Amino acid sequence: MQRIADFRDLEKAHARLAARMSLRTGAKPEKAGTREVLVCGGTGCQSSRSLLLLEKLKEEIKAAGLEDLVSAHITGCFGFCEKGPIVKVFPDDVFYVEVGVEDAAEIVASHLKDDTVVTRLLFRDPARGDVPVSSHHEMDFYKKQMRVALVNCGLINPEEIEEYVAAGGYQALALCLEKKKSGEVVAEVKASGLRGRGGGGFPTGAKWEVAAAQPGPVKYMVCNADEGDPGAFMDRSILEGDPHSVIEGMAIGAYAIGADKGFVYIRAEYPLAIQRLQRAADQAREAGLLGENIFGSGFSFDVELKYGAGAFVCGEETALLRSIEGGRGEPTSKPPFPAQSGLWGKPTIINNVETLANVPQILRRGGAWFASFGSEKSKGTKVFALAGKINNVGLVEVPMGITLREIIYEIGGGIKHGKKFKAVQTGGPSGGCIPAADLDISIDYDNLIAAGSMMGSGGMIVMDEDNCMVDIAKFYLDFTMEESCGKCTPCRVGNKRVHEILTAITEGKGTLEDLERLKNLAEVIKDTALCGLGQTAPNPVLSTMTHFWDEYLAHVVDKRCPSKVCTHLLDYFINDSCVGCGLCKRGCPTACISGNKKEVHVIDNTRCIKCGTCIGKCPTKSIIRR
Amino acid sequence: MINLKINGKPVEVPEGSTILDAAGKLGVHIPTLCRFDLSDINLHNQGASCRVCMVEVSGRRNLAPACATPVMEGMDVRTHTPRVINARRVVVGLILSNHPKTCLTCPKNNNCELQALASELSINEIAFTGKTTQHVIDVSSPAYVRDMNKCVLCRRCETMCSQVQTVNALSGLNRGFTTAVGPAFGMPIAESTCVSCGQCVAVCPTAALSEVNNVGRVWEAIRDPRKFVIVQTAPAVRAGLIDAFGLPAKVAVTGKMVTALRMFGFDKVYDTDFAADLTIMEEAAEFIHRLKHGGRLPILTSCCPGWVKFFEHQFSDMLDVPSTCKSPQQMFGAIAKTWLAKELKVNPADMVVVSVMPCIAKKYEAGRAEMAASGMPDVDVVLTTRELVKMIREAGINFTSLEDQDFDDPMGESTGAGVIFGASGGVLEAALRTAYEWITGKTLEKVDFTALRGIRGIKEATIDVDGTPVGVAVASGLGNARKVLEDIRAGRKSYHVLEVMACPGGCIDGGGQPYHKGRADILLSRMEALYAEDRGKVLRKSHENPFIKKLYAEFLGEPHSEIAHKLLHTSYVKRPRM
Repeated sequence: MQRIADFRDLEKAHARLAARMSLRTGAKPEKAGTREVLVCGGTGCQSSRSLLLLEKLKEEIKAAGLEDLVSAHITGCFGFCEKGPIVKVFPDDVFYVEVGVEDAAEIVASHLKDDTVVTRLLFRDPARGDVPVSSHHEMDFYKKQMRVALVNCGLINPEEIEEYVAAGGYQALALCLEKKKSGEVVAEVKASGLRGRGGGGFPTGAKWEVAAAQPGPVKYMVCNADEGDPGAFMDRSILEGDPHSVIEGMAIGAYAIGADKGFVYIRAEYPLAIQRLQRAADQAREAGLLGENIFGSGFSFDVELKYGAGAFVCGEETALLRSIEGGRGEPTSKPPFPAQSGLWGKPTIINNVETLANVPQILRRGGAWFASFGSEKSKGTKVFALAGKINNVGLVEVPMGITLREIIYEIGGGIKHGKKFKAVQTGGPSGGCIPAADLDISIDYDNLIAAGSMMGSGGMIVMDEDNCMVDIAKFYLDFTMEESCGKCTPCRVGNKRVHEILTAITEGKGTLEDLERLKNLAEVIKDTALCGLGQTAPNPVLSTMTHFWDEYLAHVVDKRCPSKVCTHLLDYFINDSCVGCGLCKRGCPTACISGNKKEVHVIDNTRCIKCGTCIGKCPTKSIIRR
Repeated sequence: MINLKINGKPVEVPEGSTILDAAGKLGVHIPTLCRFDLSDINLHNQGASCRVCMVEVSGRRNLAPACATPVMEGMDVRTHTPRVINARRVVVGLILSNHPKTCLTCPKNNNCELQALASELSINEIAFTGKTTQHVIDVSSPAYVRDMNKCVLCRRCETMCSQVQTVNALSGLNRGFTTAVGPAFGMPIAESTCVSCGQCVAVCPTAALSEVNNVGRVWEAIRDPRKFVIVQTAPAVRAGLIDAFGLPAKVAVTGKMVTALRMFGFDKVYDTDFAADLTIMEEAAEFIHRLKHGGRLPILTSCCPGWVKFFEHQFSDMLDVPSTCKSPQQMFGAIAKTWLAKELKVNPADMVVVSVMPCIAKKYEAGRAEMAASGMPDVDVVLTTRELVKMIREAGINFTSLEDQDFDDPMGESTGAGVIFGASGGVLEAALRTAYEWITGKTLEKVDFTALRGIRGIKEATIDVDGTPVGVAVASGLGNARKVLEDIRAGRKSYHVLEVMACPGGCIDGGGQPYHKGRADILLSRMEALYAEDRGKVLRKSHENPFIKKLYAEFLGEPHSEIAHKLLHTSYVKRPRM
């Protein structure tokens, strides 16, 4: 892109490029048949060969002689990952799902050439009579969504800065540098009510205010892109789909606090996000939007990428800073807070990717606009990654204050295979499990904490009747125990002991005393651990003990796992439908099955190791667990 | 000033103080484990990692670590609520659940901070059971043993090693339950850049780090009728024994120490101070030679084996700067197995030289290949002051009531100059007393160079040697030494003589001394004990020692003679920086 030397240059560039967006914003083309095809280029769809699909589409478009009318390119994540790869055709606003490489020819021939939508590639909602839906606006998955942080994902090509500028990008930064004092920028963010989207929920404006008040001259702006919660991919999608929004957000923050250097701490396991972000930074630098004297305003700012090596704890801000400094990724005691003394002892603001992606929108549209939706204490929208036993796995952005029920049953399409909902885990491994009784609480930072969980970075894992809640707690502890940095006693030893007690319970060796010990230990860990990781690690235990106490009792008192998950507590039986084929007997590693040919066999449960091999072998499904 | 309340009582402390500081001012005891603060040597271990010192602060969701939480105006702190007590007991219980229950046979039994803490919190039963860490015990070093199974991850050793000493041999390894502290990649400590200064051992609250115990080898040698077992005691040892036996700072115990050693059955009891005087003879001569012949300056002292290994690793481009003199311990051994053996008509092969040192690096030094001037090791067994204390207890000796005895001649005689070797600045002061007289040919009337005394990490002075200004500096603690050496290398500073001791404050704070547990007053009174002994001596200049004169007259000839070179000087090895 041409170098942008001052504010007028950006206006000119926008005026020149804005036409790019016209088809995508629903404008009628001057020439009939003019179309744009957007293919999801996110990690999920790429792994389903979306890039090959794009190549194929381009080939077919060329072969059909449509090159002058139709262009095809990648875009960021649409969110409906369950149904990827996703292809969108503008200006028709047609949303194709599960598009394979082999479908390219038909889309070109039928839709692009003959103006006939390929109905078989449209989404069909089983809950709505399996009728094909062509526009995503009519899909339940999107109806209640509202895109702020994800506004450009699925709309622009993230690899071209021109696209971002065409969509109004960098105007917020220009506005700040031209018309606002740094204090006014802080005030606008404060007015928006934006709170940290990485998990803590600390008010972003207040944090900036602390850093802005520190004496300079050296301060740092850090973006925390070390997204580590299992199943969470909000930040990855933003970085892949709209990297410039994060860079612009960082630049605005840097201006607000008086920093001229920024770091993005990004996990090395996100190669595509790294590539897109690096490319975006390079393009921005080339265009004069990063570097010395941006817009000729005198303000300078540049960003550097630092790669994380995959330690979960490095998402904790003080550990993240130590890691950037080159040290061992270990948290340090707060206060002092990084805003007072952070990177190399200098005032440092650390904001999460999603938080920063909201910032340009807030500055462009005003803090009051952002604060106009959401709940009383949690403003704006939040992106959630829906996963687990839910029909519509994917990424959704909803206004704060929406209920869990709306997300799970309306947007998420309910529980897979029509099973019964048991709990939803929010906040990643540090969050808690929320039971059916609390499905109607409206989602905001404070309500989730009150329900024994937390917002976290926005992971939402749905569990059904087949999940054992003791086993779930053990699963999460297994994660936090492995990811503990080992610095403080409660986390290093305490979480190990919690995991051991849970293991004993799932193996039928737990006692009522163990439950008491477990509860006290979990509470002390929460009360004494050094950092957020340790303090929240017991949440899955405490929340399941609160809401699913009967399951714990069943394991401890009755030595029974109601969900039939904990193998040590299961007995295997062969019922009368057994035909006596002997396959189970031959497969059994402990030779604990006996029986004559063509007679019902018997399992000796004293020797059975509950490996389940027999179940897999039995042709008549005669072996049951109970 | 900040005003707050602790357990309802108002207290005023300076801004930047911690809750622990404020509690201390009120006399409120909050138990701690990982914390270690010794400002005099710039050691601040405030990682807040053990979570024992937790307290309740009004308005705060969780408990706060008193050691690392700064006070704030209007704070309301409760230090011993049921919630706090329960949390502390759980935390200590967790540590104990992953700690070997071998207190009875542990080298730190009755001297262990974890043991004391468990007792303070009345932990009569360990509430948690489960897996324990299984680290291989590192016995690669001749100086100390690393048993990470006893480590409580307080990280004091790491802070000491990296922040104070800048050796950086120790850092956090692994994560989660298997976290440990050690050299990079888990290599044996002997293969690392560790210099065996032992400051890590000095601050370890448990027996995760402990000296290699040679007490058994000494008893065995004494028991062996074929062996002629002699012992030398370093100057700082007598200072350390005072506090080890809880005696008032002013009580000199040198004579009691000699008596105790004789009671053990040593054939002769000598003093390393004699060899310190000998070191001065050689080192002062070397300095004057360099000064007069345009040799490399400054000359660096070389009595401290930790320091020697440090510059071999970190300043291997400057190996021609240090003095070539061996340390007093090694000079003693070299002379004992040659001249003394002949004097006493003992076969040097049957002679066992035991040294008692305030230091664990001395154990390492005695094993260096260069330290075998007579064809056999100069020194056979090295004990630390702590091991000596154990032997005294083991032997059932009521140390405080012992009568005083004198060292044996000839190698038990020393001047005041030899005594002050044990305090930072002492070697330089001793050298100046002799060098001054040799250079000027005049008598030095005022022998106290007070500018060189004290616990400060870097001390500088310009000494007027009959009109010639001689620039000298003293560094103690390897971090300070590094700073001075880097200044010298970069040309920012220049001196004639630089004394370096690896341990902050010198040998009185050696890695083999009784644990000072962070009390600077103990270190200061040990220093004072040595200067008091110096003041009490008739002879205070090394070259006036009559037996040193006899040694040169009968055996060595003069400093830097061929035989002196063979027995009393050494060479250095280039070692990797990492």
